[in-house]
Amino acid sequence: MSGKEYRTITDVKGPLVFLNKTEPVSFGEIVQLRLSDGSMKNGQVLDTSDDQVIVQVFEGTASVDRQTGVKFLGDVFKLPVSKDLIGRILDGAGRPRDGGPEIVADDMADIIGAAINPYSRQSPESFIQTGISAIDACTSLVRGQKLPIFSASGLPHNDIALQIARQAKLVDSDDDFVVVFCAMGITAEEYNFFVHDLERTGALENAALFVNLADDPAVERLITPRLALTAAEYLAFEHDYHVLVIYTDMTNYCESLRQIGAAREEVPGRRGYPGYMYTDLAMLYERAGLVKGKKGSITQFPILTMPGDDITHPIPDLSGYITEGQIVISRELHQKGIYPPINVLPSLSRLMNAGIGPGKTREDHKSVSDQLYAAYAQGRELRGLVAIVGEDALNERDLQLLKFSDIFEDQFLRQGRDEDRTIHEGTLDLAWKLLANIDTKYLVRLDQKWIDKYHPTDKKEE
Amino acid sequence: MSEENGVIYRISGPVVTAIGIAPRMYEVVRVGNEGLMGEVIELHGDQSVIQVYEETSGIKPGEPVVRTGQTLSVQLGPGLLTQIYDGIQRPLPKLEETMGVFITRGVDADGLDLEKKWDFNANVKAGDEVSAGHVIGIVQETETIEHRVMIPPGKGGVVKKIDSGSFNITETVCKLEDGTEIAMMQEWPVRHPRPFIQKYAPDVPLMTGQRILDFLFPLAKGGTAGIPGPFGSGKTVTQQQLAKWSDAQIVVYIGCGERGNEMTEVLDEFPHLIDPNTNKPLMNRTVMIANTSNMPVAAREASVYTGVTIAEYFRDMGYNVALMADSTSRWAEAMREISSRLEEMPGEEGYPAYLSSRLAEFYERAGRVQTLAGDDGSVSVIGAVSPPGGDISEPVSQGTLRIVKVFWGLDAGLARQRHFPAINWLSSYSLYPQALDQWYRDNIASDFPEVRTEISTLLQVEAELQEIVQLVGSDALPIDQQLTLEVARMIREFFLQQNAFHDVDTYSDLKLQYDMARAILSFQEEAKKAIAGGAQLEDVVNVPARTDLMRGRFEKGYNDKIGELVSEMGKQISSSMEAN
Ligand SMILES: Nc1ncnc2c1ncn2[C@@H]1O[C@H](COP(=O)(O)OP(=O)(O)O)[C@@H](O)[C@H]1O
Ligand SMILES: [Mg+2]
Repeated sequence: MSGKEYRTITDVKGPLVFLNKTEPVSFGEIVQLRLSDGSMKNGQVLDTSDDQVIVQVFEGTASVDRQTGVKFLGDVFKLPVSKDLIGRILDGAGRPRDGGPEIVADDMADIIGAAINPYSRQSPESFIQTGISAIDACTSLVRGQKLPIFSASGLPHNDIALQIARQAKLVDSDDDFVVVFCAMGITAEEYNFFVHDLERTGALENAALFVNLADDPAVERLITPRLALTAAEYLAFEHDYHVLVIYTDMTNYCESLRQIGAAREEVPGRRGYPGYMYTDLAMLYERAGLVKGKKGSITQFPILTMPGDDITHPIPDLSGYITEGQIVISRELHQKGIYPPINVLPSLSRLMNAGIGPGKTREDHKSVSDQLYAAYAQGRELRGLVAIVGEDALNERDLQLLKFSDIFEDQFLRQGRDEDRTIHEGTLDLAWKLLANIDTKYLVRLDQKWIDKYHPTDKKEE
Repeated sequence: MSEENGVIYRISGPVVTAIGIAPRMYEVVRVGNEGLMGEVIELHGDQSVIQVYEETSGIKPGEPVVRTGQTLSVQLGPGLLTQIYDGIQRPLPKLEETMGVFITRGVDADGLDLEKKWDFNANVKAGDEVSAGHVIGIVQETETIEHRVMIPPGKGGVVKKIDSGSFNITETVCKLEDGTEIAMMQEWPVRHPRPFIQKYAPDVPLMTGQRILDFLFPLAKGGTAGIPGPFGSGKTVTQQQLAKWSDAQIVVYIGCGERGNEMTEVLDEFPHLIDPNTNKPLMNRTVMIANTSNMPVAAREASVYTGVTIAEYFRDMGYNVALMADSTSRWAEAMREISSRLEEMPGEEGYPAYLSSRLAEFYERAGRVQTLAGDDGSVSVIGAVSPPGGDISEPVSQGTLRIVKVFWGLDAGLARQRHFPAINWLSSYSLYPQALDQWYRDNIASDFPEVRTEISTLLQVEAELQEIVQLVGSDALPIDQQLTLEVARMIREFFLQQNAFHDVDTYSDLKLQYDMARAILSFQEEAKKAIAGGAQLEDVVNVPARTDLMRGRFEKGYNDKIGELVSEMGKQISSSMEAN
């Protein structure tokens, strides 16, 4: 590994270093920089040719000068992986941050991660009960899914992510999850909040943390999630763990990506983000799922904050195009004092159909969820109308739907931070109870047979 | 340095520059010590610019680049059906065998199994004159599809010898007088359309079993359609519905830069789904291309060409082929990414200036044609478009809409209300109805076009009335307009909404669609009469038989029952007038 040290830097621009007169250097190779004060930085080759090599420096280029020594380490970025990652806290570049020893590697894993052969995937279909009614009923999560939380600054996305991490379980199995937590540019306060909560519930011993905080190098954020996912893949596919990966905040990650693009003077895509951001994000998000012949799984919960609460901003937009749905946090509900303020209407779980129904949750689940959506959507729409014409102009059906939308928010969405509702009694039965506020003749999404069986007033004696 | 072998000068992501080599444009070359597959996409002084179909990390300047003399081609012959390929026709099961579940690199794989023996039944004999496109024999490729082995384009003559029997696809099955040897496999460069004699105007609908599509915005066999929509609005579900239920004989499904699990879903589901037209598993007629979002972008760029070439090949046998590409936006983005690595002058939103001509060339490969053999064959192309933020003023949507004849516009608002398929009935259009109306009159009902017009007019009127309702509430409208709103609601909830995940509702044949539309009109008629006779709107709307009619569509045997349900509804509505 001991290569030659070059002192041939010609240009330094943002996080990039340009140098020439090297021997052939490979694309993606890891680079070590030695500054004149003896301190070290790390980087990676972004472009290589006979004449010039471009290196992206993870820690930023502060204090780099033409005298800085550059050494190419002859290999791409790898993470030492072992089961001992569980229970450890590492920094954003994979070094111990908890004062513990170096990880003794069972293997060195390339952090870019190869694509899973689509033919080798196994469809996710095991329902995960999160104990949160809005999610379990309307955007049901399955093991192996990638389901981001679309939030915005000042909203309780961290509480929700932690509540999910605490409560997530399969209904009829005691397989546990291990958590891989990845922080990208979040504040120390947010980070402490996560760590304390994981500690409080004993989950920390069952977690691996990769941490890049707001005052850590921005460019390093580009590798932190790759380290976390590499660890997750190792644990899931070499050691049969069910891994829950929570990473936050994807928005910071994308900002770093934009910074590199700008420094390379690339032609930007929308709003200055690189044209390849979709592909880049896909190379993270697609590292979720199940594969044939392996017991473990990777379920992802990326958290992102939508700049300006705008769901059409490139970061949520490109994410939504890749992930298997999204959970959308609403400022309006938050301001009404509702926790968790999940707006189910723009939320979606694309894998829900595979995970619910008879034998999995309950036979009426799909119908109930469709009906909740339809009624709540119409009820909310009527609020706008009522603001103009008053309730008097509404017919009976509309009045009932209007009232339902309030009840739904107040009793169905709202629940405690430690309230863990079961899917049957806690969530679906509650849904029926609330739907009973609407005449059955208006409940057109419900099959008659489910009305006969589950409707609280129509219910036949068993 | 020989012109055949050069070296790498530069590597920038998927783009590699070589020197000391003089390949042709679009020639396939082998890059680096591992011999990764690449394609020459620009010649620039003594530099050849190559897009590489596999991951390039770890490769160094100075490593070799070798010419192959070939352009990017696919292998065509028995064995395509039921297969799943990556963007450059490597069979994914084969890759799994050699690499395991993760796709690493440096592995070549033939598109077709060269060893497998097939039963070839000659249907020409020595002395027959055969020309390009001529079918010389048949292989039963799957339970439902016979593979028609053709003389490749550019060849032909008098048959000297031809044998039926068991052959692999590279063995000679037919020899011509001039010594030409014909095997079952042929190869074709993907970026070139396959030849045909002439294009016809499409005049037969591609029936999809999706009510809003077939009835209001039909696609013709050999036609083109675009489905733009924001994420979560139903592009993929719609494409999968078409792959499942359209009455094409062959389906080519391209997952271009989208999710891995969606391809897995197709793989899991299709072998168990029964084709309503053949009663055999749908997999028998399907070829899949899966180059997901995290697989190399250069291969993503190639994937649509690989797919459309395979589609044309089956068209040349005289089949009606339907091709779905989900999503063409990801293909366009692959072009953009490569273009920006080439430092080309960007056009709108960073896309290359040739974006719209590439889109046009691609859709132009659709069509109903007279094949070289004189038969009738077609390729219908349906492209999903993923506009950023759902805003279709962007270049890929606009470039697509200029070309395609059918626009199925997906609407985030409808999706949020769980109105599926979330196709906006006001903004969508099809330019085919005129060409197809005669077919509907002859095959479904003589007044089919008129019924369609009535239904779409009701929806237009509803939209206008809704604007008033937003201001004054629906109770303030006169009773006949309130009825119109109820009828339109019935169109939306009973007819336009269709649950792709419901065993029965997922598919309605065209005759049933027509009957359902008539049922709505008959409700309108009866209701008008009853109201004129003094009945209350509320009572008319709530007659139990109407609920039965509407809920009935979820039950098997609905086609046979609907007539009865409609007349029962009529009776009940009439008696609601007498009750008053
Ligand atoms: N015809 C349909 N019937 C029922 N549900 C649908 C239908 N179309 C779409 N959906 C729902 O919408 C979700 C998103 O659809 P999808 O096709 O994946 O969207 P897109 O490809 O546009 O992102 C699906 O997971 C499904 O829940
Ligand atoms: Mg999709």
